This record gives sequence, C-alpha cells and structure tokens, in this order.
Amino acid sequence: MWIYEKKLEYPVRVTQPDIRMAKYLMAQYGGPDSELSAAVRYLTQRYTMPTNRTKGLLTDIGTEELAHWEIVGTMIYKLLKNVPPQQLHHAHLGGYFTEHDNAVYPVDASGVPWTAAYIQATGDPVTDLHEDMAAEQKARTTYEHLIRLTDDPGVKDTLKFLREREVVHFQRFGEALNEVQEELTRKKVF
Amino acid sequence: MDPNQMQLLREIQQLEFVAIELTLYLDTHPDEQEPLRDYNQAAERLNQLKMQYERLYGPLAAYGVSTSKAPWQWSEQPWPWDINY
Repeated sequence: MWIYEKKLEYPVRVTQPDIRMAKYLMAQYGGPDSELSAAVRYLTQRYTMPTNRTKGLLTDIGTEELAHWEIVGTMIYKLLKNVPPQQLHHAHLGGYFTEHDNAVYPVDASGVPWTAAYIQATGDPVTDLHEDMAAEQKARTTYEHLIRLTDDPGVKDTLKFLREREVVHFQRFGEALNEVQEELTRKKVF
Repeated sequence: MDPNQMQLLREIQQLEFVAIELTLYLDTHPDEQEPLRDYNQAAERLNQLKMQYERLYGPLAAYGVSTSKAPWQWSEQPWPWDINY
C-alpha cells in the first residue's frame, strides 16, 4: 500500500520556460537511468531479496525514487508550461508535441519511450544489488551532465539535490550488498 | 500560496528529509542508538507540524490518513506541480 502526500520531497523553482532543458530532463523522467526506471527496478527486485533489511531498503529507496520522479516531472511541466507549438517545433520537440502536446510523457532525451527492458530483476540478490549500484552511478553522471546544461539557478539547485541522493543510495546499496554476501556465506558454512 | 503556508510547507519538507535520510541509514544500521533517537525526534516533530499544517490549510493525505472538513477538502489546495516556490 502506498499513501500519496500532497507535496514534493524537494521544491522545484523554475525561472522561465526552457524547452531545450525540458527535453534534456526527459533523460531522468523516462530514460534508461531515469527515476522511473529506478523506482520500478527496486520495487520489482525487493520480492526476492533474501534478508528483511534488504527488502526494507529496496522498498524505501524505491518509494523515494517515486518522489524524485514527481520532482523531475514537475520540472518538465513547469519548463514547458504555456509554450506555443511553434517553439516546441524549433527545439526539435515537434514530434513530441504531435503525440503529447505539453503533457509529461515518459520518453528519454532523444524521444525514445520508456521500456521495462531498461531494468533487470534476476532473482539473484548479488547480481541485482550490483545493478542497483551501477544504476545510481549512471543517474549521478546524468545529473552532472544536466547541471552543466542549464544556467537556471532554480533548476540547478533541484538537480544538485537529486544528484546527492544518488550518492547516498549508492552507499546504502553497497552496505546492503555486504550484508547479503555475509548472509549467503554464513548459510554455506553451516 | 501565502507566505506563512509556504514557510510551514518548507519546514515540513526539511524535517521530512531528515526522516527519509535517517530511514535509509537505519535500514542498514539498525543497531545504532544515536540516529534512532534523531529519527524518533524528527518523526514526532514532523507529525506535529503536519497536524498544524492540516488544521490551517487542509489535508496533506487522503485514504483515511487525515480528516477533512466539509466540503471534501482534498482537492482544494494546489497540487505540488502548480505551486510556485
């Protein structure tokens, strides 16, 4: 069960519409290493984790990723708000406008729709946790690219928050991996 | 959004962030006393602030978590993506 809270985890300030930046931010909304991929990945993998702690961690990080997905969606929504179709066309978002208008649809920065093929759940907790750590690093790198692509201080601020969360999640997944490996080793011995 | 409501919302977001961060930390360090104490303090203060916010501005959550005055208040306040910070 999830309960929705009517607020963002972190505020989104956008100085003015910026179609190009909205397009780039799609990377983290519907791309391979997006917040959507992260949430679905962790909330899918948690069922077959061997320890209660790891089930808890994947549930809690997966839930935070949904909050991040909402933050990125809010940034895109605000950056595209009231932008006329002609301008979307000039920013090479004409194809996007044809199908989605100013809606916030999960595609990547090149317009490729989100797919479950971006994530894995192998049933092997060591493999899955390695994927999770790699995913956090990939998302961190993407945020660093995005931070360099904008001058908007509000957008930069929110992106820095999201980047920092990737670092923390990576750390926590590393600790979970150690615990799982210890648990599996212990089981083999006795 | 009026400045008082905004300020209270920002306080809730800040305190909730403390609670989120400590939740993840405690998930992998369940035996540590100090972060647990901090977590419980943050949770208590957060609940107080949320109750105060909801009393003044309406529910932050539906599904039976918060009560509502009449008429149904859930959709009255702006949705998160429509708030100008």
